[in-house]
Amino acid sequence: MATRVVMEALSPTMEEGRLIEWKKGEGEAVAVGDVLAEVETDKAVMELTARAGGTLLKQVVPAGTTVPVSQLVALIGEPGEQVAMEPNGKERVADATTPAPATPAPPAPEPPAPVSGRMKASPLARRLAAERGIDLGSLHGSGPEGRVVLRDLERPGAVAGRPVAAARPVVRTAGGPAYTDTPLTPIRKTIAKRLAQSLGPVPTFYLTTEVDMERAWEARGALTGAGNGPKVSFNDIIIKCVALALRQHPACNAWWQDDHIRYWHEIHLSMAVAVEDGLITPVIRDADLKSLREIAAESQDLAGRARDRRLKPEEYTGGTFSVSNLGMLDIDEFTAIINPPEAGILAVGRIVQTAVAHDGQLALRRRMRLTMSCDHRVIDGATGARFLQTLKAMLENPLAMVY
Amino acid sequence: MNLTYRDALNQALREEMQRDPDVFLMGEEVGVYQGAYKVSRGLLEEFGPMRVVDTPITELGFAGVGVGAAMVGLRPVVEFMTWNFALLAIDQLVNSAAKMRYMSNGQVGVPAVFRGPGGSALQLAAQHSQAFESFYAHIPGLKVVMPATPADAKGLLKSAIRDDDPVIFIEGEMLYNTKGEVPEGEHLVPLGKADVKRAGRDVTIICHSKTVGVALKAAEELAAAEVEAEVLDLRTIRPLDEEAVVTSVARTHRCVVAEEGWPFAGVGAQVVDIIQREVFDELDAPVIRVTGADVPMPYNKHLERAAKVDAARIVAAVNEVLYR
Repeated sequence: MATRVVMEALSPTMEEGRLIEWKKGEGEAVAVGDVLAEVETDKAVMELTARAGGTLLKQVVPAGTTVPVSQLVALIGEPGEQVAMEPNGKERVADATTPAPATPAPPAPEPPAPVSGRMKASPLARRLAAERGIDLGSLHGSGPEGRVVLRDLERPGAVAGRPVAAARPVVRTAGGPAYTDTPLTPIRKTIAKRLAQSLGPVPTFYLTTEVDMERAWEARGALTGAGNGPKVSFNDIIIKCVALALRQHPACNAWWQDDHIRYWHEIHLSMAVAVEDGLITPVIRDADLKSLREIAAESQDLAGRARDRRLKPEEYTGGTFSVSNLGMLDIDEFTAIINPPEAGILAVGRIVQTAVAHDGQLALRRRMRLTMSCDHRVIDGATGARFLQTLKAMLENPLAMVY
Repeated sequence: MNLTYRDALNQALREEMQRDPDVFLMGEEVGVYQGAYKVSRGLLEEFGPMRVVDTPITELGFAGVGVGAAMVGLRPVVEFMTWNFALLAIDQLVNSAAKMRYMSNGQVGVPAVFRGPGGSALQLAAQHSQAFESFYAHIPGLKVVMPATPADAKGLLKSAIRDDDPVIFIEGEMLYNTKGEVPEGEHLVPLGKADVKRAGRDVTIICHSKTVGVALKAAEELAAAEVEAEVLDLRTIRPLDEEAVVTSVARTHRCVVAEEGWPFAGVGAQVVDIIQREVFDELDAPVIRVTGADVPMPYNKHLERAAKVDAARIVAAVNEVLYR
């Protein structure tokens, strides 16, 4: 009696699979565990294996067909056993005297059981999983006592659970990797697809906050004339604070890369500079590691040479986040356009004395509006808002820069 | 030139004695008998009894003479008939040779080489089949060198003789007859540098002296099963080439450490310590050590074979770290 081979759920979320290639031909002998076909799931290319031995009697669907989970794809039986397909797609085995009772579909491989206690993994597997954003708990450990080892990560089924890189601040180490590539999770994929349909190729949303700049004003005043270094502008202070805030919010310091997100460990700030007939964005590299004095000197130099059109290509590419400032042109607030593949840009308005409630009294305070444009495929509303919150707190307490 | 390990050592001694009149050889039977293992063949004839000195059977005594000679500016090469006999001399090695530079505030060094065969041969039983490298490597102030091939034997002995610190130079009794290509003339192998004897990407087998040959045989068997093992010969036990160890293991992610000696506090224990500390995040499996059995060496032929490191045990350890 023939055994039915059905499309199996090869991943916990799989609803259908595309049968890419048959690995066994009709009439070929099959042993339990043999690979019958390769199947592309929503996540990876997986193998469909035989759960009964015998002869592959019939390939019910041709290669290239997309098949829902638990639909019949093949029959395995005795050599020479005759099967015919009914028009309704049901098989009929010629030598069966009674209709073959439907064999229950083989159980789908169980998703890994929730891990109780400590997850066992080799140090290498643990490190690579963290780097690739793979949830160790989603893997089947093939080592002793279920230890997850390197080969378990290299299986095609090993997919990202959650972007670990984005979840915690990255500790930068000298000589460490410059960034972490994180595969897209299904939810990230869906967000990217849906939002791009709605709002063009870069689905952008905007977050605005108003910052009290009194203390930054004082700080800049105190720095002016201190020593013989370059003059520090508000923009320099903002760049430094943005870099430090990004260090705390690496989820905003990222590139959209179509099939994954690149979370940068390095912070390179693109700085929009108006030039004749357009604008260009020279990059202050490793802005988080530079002193205010270094940033001031570098931004003056870059902006000057940008206006003279004497920047080298490597000086205006490779940024991980942008800052655009129109405050000096009396703009209160504006929205800036994201510079792909970066995922965020900060639009800086002018500093203006405004009557606001301060310590329970009406007071004149210097205020500035910041608007951040976020690529929703990378940054969610709350993520961007938390970054702005940190940035605002830093600007309102500039001493935080040296803390 | 294709030479035996024995003749490569002989060549190194001859070249260094020709090069530097301060170099002299002393030990039991090194002169008239030309060495218990014929390493000093022809040297008495060429350099005379002032520079090739036969000593009484007094290891502590002539080791002390060696230390004293080195302290006043000569470069003695002291041969022990085997390192098993050198147990009697260990006070001079540990308390004098190793300490002199430190205790004289750097004023007096001991540029001496103490050399001879170590480890087991065949059925020499418990008292004459011992690998003592971890004893000496334990002592700050001593360098410990163990060549595995004729070329390394020559190059390392020449470097050891020129070194300004006391060097414990442990040869392999079973290696004296092995043959290999040896560069002629000035061939120096720096102390403290390990050597990749076979490159591979799947696992690193760290070894020294006699276990290098065993590891190469294991690697050959593993290659048939499509496992590419890297064989790293430490060559110098102290100072240990940590960089070579770390670099190789970081690339292969798995490691087996083989040595002839006993397991407790052996050389491999130190190697494993470095690995777990420096490349913890590169490891895909615990490092496994393959050592001699933790017993006095049996005299019985079959038991002796069972107590020694062999290729099958290294292959089994490699399979374990590869989860095969």
